[in-house]
Amino acid sequence: MTQWQLFLAFFRVGMLGYGGGPSSIPLVHQEVVKKYGWMDDDEFADVLALGNTLPGPIATKMAGYIGYRVAGITGMLNALLSTILPTIVLMIVLLTTVASFKDYTWVKGMTAAVVPVVGVMLAVLTLDFYRKSTETLGWVKAFILIAVSFGLIEWLGLHPAILIAGLLLAAIVQKDKEKISEIEEKKEKR
Amino acid sequence: MMIYLQIFLAFFIPGILGYGGGPASIPLIENEVVDRYEWMDVNEFSEALAIGNALPGPIATKMAGYIGYQEGGLLGGIIGVFATVAPSLFLMIVLLGFLYRYKESPKVKRMTSYIRPTIAVLLGVMAFNFFSTSYEDSGIWQTIFLVVSSYLLLERWKVHPAFVIMGAMVYGALLMS
Repeated sequence: MTQWQLFLAFFRVGMLGYGGGPSSIPLVHQEVVKKYGWMDDDEFADVLALGNTLPGPIATKMAGYIGYRVAGITGMLNALLSTILPTIVLMIVLLTTVASFKDYTWVKGMTAAVVPVVGVMLAVLTLDFYRKSTETLGWVKAFILIAVSFGLIEWLGLHPAILIAGLLLAAIVQKDKEKISEIEEKKEKR
Repeated sequence: MMIYLQIFLAFFIPGILGYGGGPASIPLIENEVVDRYEWMDVNEFSEALAIGNALPGPIATKMAGYIGYQEGGLLGGIIGVFATVAPSLFLMIVLLGFLYRYKESPKVKRMTSYIRPTIAVLLGVMAFNFFSTSYEDSGIWQTIFLVVSSYLLLERWKVHPAFVIMGAMVYGALLMS
């Protein structure tokens, strides 16, 4: 049952995401968090962050990891193949039989019409992440981090992977407040 | 035997060097396939890329599957896809497994909250790029119409994205060609 759901979820992701792997991010979110509830928003954010920090295609990293989490190695293979296999087969068939496929204007129209829809889904997901940021970090901190990230990535051309790695490192190195206050309490008791 | 090793290397290297998802690794794949191994010329590569872009799903695996299949048959295709996907997926599973085990630790919770604003920025920039591609390819009115109607369908009336995308495909095939 779970395997069948994994297949359906990632088959839809693979067949509906136009514009390469990154366009499948909101689709994966829809299936995994909203429809099947395999993960909450926090875990999805972690998956997305680490996926962006590591090299290689993003859609397969998400599909493979989520499949693995939900149903082990079989789940991993299932989710991965459901994402990539249908369109690889389509590609081979089309390229070896009808080479003029991409010249059909209706194919171009079809692809072009999906682009703004994926844009809307990405914008909605952006808003989700923004809201979650202000909830967990507070308005000021979230705003500063957003402004700094935007400046570094868009104006200074810093690679996002480096920024994310830096933030992860900062989170590890920073001392835990709870622990410090515990230590202070103990000192006071003495 | 040699050809399988070459296929593996041609896709393994872009897979571990390409940051920013599949589309970012396309120039690296081109470098291996066209310049190093000369399996295709630039025109053939662009042709394959154009068709790959007209189809749904991740682009890097489509290229690896197709080119691997062309050069080494079914096994070649499997090796190409494996080399693209496996190394980074393996790292992902190991690292996230580690995070998941310590998910109650304050450090790990802090990690999630620190990176979230950056992810929001990345997603926002991606959304903007999709809108500007659409504006360039389809013009301002089609873009506004599609953006507004898909927003209403998705968020106001909670239609499943699958149906919204399929609707957009039908609309595009009939009215945007």
